[in-house]
Amino acid sequence: MVDSGIVLKGQTIAYTFYCIVIILLMIWFSLKLTSSGKNVLTKPGIFYTFVGFLTVLGVSLHLITFNTIPWAPLDLNRAKIKPDKVFTIVIENHQFKLPSEKLMIDCNDKVLFDVKSNDLTYGFGLFRQDNSMVTQMQVVPGHRNDLLWQFDKPGIYTIRSTEYSGPKGVFMIVKDAVVVKCDDNVKQ
Amino acid sequence: MNTFLNGEQGAFKPDGLTPMQKITLRFVVTALVYYGFAVIEGMIMRIYEIHPFPPITTNQFFAILTAHPLVGIFGSTYSLVFGAFLFLMPFITKKPLWSVKLANWTFILVAVGTFIFWGAGFVSHYAPLYTLYWPLPADFSQFNPVGGAFFILGIALVMLGTVFFLINIFSTLLYTPQGWEKQNKAAILASAIGYGGFKNLFRKNKKEHLVPLPIAAIVRGSVDMAFNTGIILFTGVLILVYMVCAIFGTDLSRTAIDALLYKNWFWWGLDLIADGLVLIFVAGTWYLLATLITGKELFMQNIARAALFVEMVVSWTVWSHHLMSDQAQPGILKVVSGEMVTAFELITQGLAFYITLATIWSARPLKMTNPLKFLLGGLTGFALAVPAGIMQADLGLNRILHNTQWVVGPHVHVAVLVGLTMTLYSAVYLLFPIVTNGAKIYSQKLVNIHFWCHITGGIGMGAFMGMAGLNGMLRRSLYVNGEFNIYMILAAFSGSLLLIAFLAFFFNLVMSLGLKGVIEIFTSPKNKTQDLIPS
Repeated sequence: MVDSGIVLKGQTIAYTFYCIVIILLMIWFSLKLTSSGKNVLTKPGIFYTFVGFLTVLGVSLHLITFNTIPWAPLDLNRAKIKPDKVFTIVIENHQFKLPSEKLMIDCNDKVLFDVKSNDLTYGFGLFRQDNSMVTQMQVVPGHRNDLLWQFDKPGIYTIRSTEYSGPKGVFMIVKDAVVVKCDDNVKQ
Repeated sequence: MNTFLNGEQGAFKPDGLTPMQKITLRFVVTALVYYGFAVIEGMIMRIYEIHPFPPITTNQFFAILTAHPLVGIFGSTYSLVFGAFLFLMPFITKKPLWSVKLANWTFILVAVGTFIFWGAGFVSHYAPLYTLYWPLPADFSQFNPVGGAFFILGIALVMLGTVFFLINIFSTLLYTPQGWEKQNKAAILASAIGYGGFKNLFRKNKKEHLVPLPIAAIVRGSVDMAFNTGIILFTGVLILVYMVCAIFGTDLSRTAIDALLYKNWFWWGLDLIADGLVLIFVAGTWYLLATLITGKELFMQNIARAALFVEMVVSWTVWSHHLMSDQAQPGILKVVSGEMVTAFELITQGLAFYITLATIWSARPLKMTNPLKFLLGGLTGFALAVPAGIMQADLGLNRILHNTQWVVGPHVHVAVLVGLTMTLYSAVYLLFPIVTNGAKIYSQKLVNIHFWCHITGGIGMGAFMGMAGLNGMLRRSLYVNGEFNIYMILAAFSGSLLLIAFLAFFFNLVMSLGLKGVIEIFTSPKNKTQDLIPS
């Protein structure tokens, strides 16, 4: 499965490029505005082309990500997929209660995190050693909160609440709680 | 000193102001004071994110974080929007405002209500943040219910003021002034919500519009504002019931409300601000500014009107993008409402962006006036912020962006600070000579400092927050070990540019009107005319 870090890098490049183009375009527009010239922007053909471009862009973004980001279809179809491992986790009084001290995962296993809140709305997120995010979900009391994820790289991950649950929620961190092993080698 | 007391060249004569001019100026000055609150609070939080410092405690930090967006949105933005639109409705329709008294009550309720909820958070540290995910606002192990009750009271007063604003807007639109021919209310309302423009798209012989386009945008946005006000008022009452019971020693069961249903309810209502009225009010303001600055007819007017009508469907069905990481939320809602309908905002806002630019372009060559440069800044802000929002409303990307600094940086802060605020500043600079009867701006240099510091600070802060978010930094959290300090220091530097921009603008305004003039704005008007501006 494509690592979420790669997706984030791709997004950073795409959005940075877009921002630079838009800012340059607005600077060019502002500079040209004070001088006379041809009036091409008010041609209906250009306007309708622009509308068509926006429509294609809006729809294709989701189609592309759905077909290239593997966890999107995995998430939508998770009810039909049998996980290799299930971890049942309970959250109460701003504390994670894990089934064991370390959650051990084998490479390429599909793992289901089934998290239940007994009081407030919390979040459940996995973070790398450099604090970047692997994945997350909301944990809503009174409902099933299940996240299916496939790990294909070795690593040690920290669990952290990703939703504000009052000032106490800031300290909802279980360091190095998830360990993914590939061929008995654990790399960070 | 003379300029400080009497204003630039003594040109501002508060004695000659009409009641409507005074109300508008009261809204503007109060909006700027609350914007100052929001900027200073923002800077305190920016520094605290780098290194926590006494006497600010963690609880105080989150109380500031709770009040910050609400002071910014209700105390500042609502005040500016209400002031501008209560003036523009009669200005454009040539009808007197339905009730000046009600407009004054709107001003009082918004100003007092904001101060009460800000003070409640400051004193009691009530800090559920604006999301209010159930049952956090009623969690009395972390918060004092008395502080919470005052907090909700403050919000309720703002909402009551909003109701008065809405009554005034719709009544002004529909009533028939003395001596006028009886107006067809249904036809005017249909035209105002964009239905007429939508039908015109399919007619061979286009019908004339009964309502000018900026008025249609104001009314259309007010429809969403009405729903939003109802939701927030109801939610406030619900929380208040829990708090009053807690104060009197009765603990209501936390399971009485379904947390996910509440979340859907709350976001449906709250999104009517973010995706409904902000985008619509902003589009309407762009259209108005473009036509007033250029003196030209708006390009593709029927499309613009139809887009306002279609946006009604979009803003009412878009909320689910806030619940894409909620696993119990049905997948169909995530895809249809969360992804597809949200993507439609790229089209409606893109249309407004293009139509405004094309209208301005058609009037070349133009002088780069203050309203024009701030309008271009506002357009840039939305061009950057809307696609950022579309990206996070994607099933794949939301999994790694939800609740990170990305959401509040490139999306929220750039949209609000650069897009919305610069658009409103454009309106302020444009209306300034009209509402002050020709007062002179004290310093063009300060206007330029305001512009450049605001746009670079706003975009810079959003960018550095976004970079932190892409690297995993959560919003509504604290990193006491300095994990993201490089981004937070750069964001704080950008924030300080915003502070400089605000100080330059505020000082320039006071020097333009004079201290005496600013005080006079808040006294009873000597000119009792019903006219909008002195004849």
